[in-house]
Amino acid sequence: METIVQLSDTRVTLGGQIVLDGLDLTLRAGESVGVAGPNGSGKTTLVRTVATLQTIAAGHASVLGLDVGEHNLTAVRRQIALIGHQPSLIPELTLAENLDHRARLAGLGRDRVQNALEVVGLGDASDRRAEACSFGMKRRVEIAHVLLIKPRLLLLDEAASGLDESARELVAAMLGSVRARGGGAIMVSHDRAHLSAHCESLFDLRSGRLEAAP
Amino acid sequence: MTFWRQAVEIARVDLVVERRAGETFRIVLPFSIVALMVFPLALDLQLGIVSTVGIGVFWALGILFGMQVALRQSASDTPERRDLHVLSGVDPAARFTGRALSGGVLMTAYLGLMLVAMAVLFDPELPGGGWPVLLVSTVLVAVGLTELGTLAGEVTTGLRSRTPLASLIVAPLALPLVIGASQSVEAVERDTSILPWILLLIASDLALAVAGVALAKPLEEATQ
Repeated sequence: METIVQLSDTRVTLGGQIVLDGLDLTLRAGESVGVAGPNGSGKTTLVRTVATLQTIAAGHASVLGLDVGEHNLTAVRRQIALIGHQPSLIPELTLAENLDHRARLAGLGRDRVQNALEVVGLGDASDRRAEACSFGMKRRVEIAHVLLIKPRLLLLDEAASGLDESARELVAAMLGSVRARGGGAIMVSHDRAHLSAHCESLFDLRSGRLEAAP
Repeated sequence: MTFWRQAVEIARVDLVVERRAGETFRIVLPFSIVALMVFPLALDLQLGIVSTVGIGVFWALGILFGMQVALRQSASDTPERRDLHVLSGVDPAARFTGRALSGGVLMTAYLGLMLVAMAVLFDPELPGGGWPVLLVSTVLVAVGLTELGTLAGEVTTGLRSRTPLASLIVAPLALPLVIGASQSVEAVERDTSILPWILLLIASDLALAVAGVALAKPLEEATQ
């Protein structure tokens, strides 16, 4: 089975502090891995490292077959979707405009934007400005973005926090579609029950290392 | 997506955001014009002096308030939005170019309106060729100041005191622009060649454009 993410003895430092230390993680195609841990344990740093947004101090990290130290990661990055703590919508744009902007930046056509918004239940709210929308609605736009770009690697950082039941079902469906296409997903959360429901492998992040969860 | 399409898309969205938020024309511009009005009042409406200092006041206030226009994008930039650009494969140089394009349009319009306000309030005396030279200088200063602000925004990404620090970077580096602009108009009044000063402005604009494009990727990597 193809390896999507491979971290070996990876160390990441932030502001001189070691956050991840000798961390090993393997994610294969079709899998989803859950990482639990308390606030400040390094979950977000782990996600950013896998997303190639954080440089590593030591060890080895490869994503979708490419070493993260490579100079040109553009092709790999376009196959990664990251849903982080805070939705990154532009407040002054409508939901449709936000998604359209993301589609254009990704080099995709505009034709599927409205359809994607309807799939996530925002068909009637597409003309509403992001600044006037709830957290859950903004999160749904990010889910629509994932549906548009069809990533091979999906990274969810507390993505289900603060969502209602139907939005959580959308997150689960999104996760399923990525895996069904031969991709992989890494979910980090302090909500262990949510991770257990969606991930085959569950780890605890302690002292910068991953330990298999009981 | 090509470099230019990315740049144009970033510029387009920035202009849409500005049209709706109105930061430049509904907030910065009115304040600038009020500041312009203070000078004639402070000079006790002595028309001779007011007319003499008009262009100098225009450059001083234009640069000062123009920095707010130049830095407006970096002030609203969030780490999440930067991550989105990186993962969407946006070329950092295209992002710089896009921001410089939209910022340049706004800055030119802003300084143009300030120029009109200054002309009405100060009624400066200029020789025949003075106004066209002032207009050309204004456009070149607008381009340079925008590039400088965009570059300063990139340099200070992720820093705690980002906005004041970026202003501190812009102010001294804007000196060649101020000198080139003020001396080009002075040259018309002295009836000497304006070419060295216009060339100084063009060279500053080009140098800032090259620096912005060349440093975009290293700066993005430095913040990771």
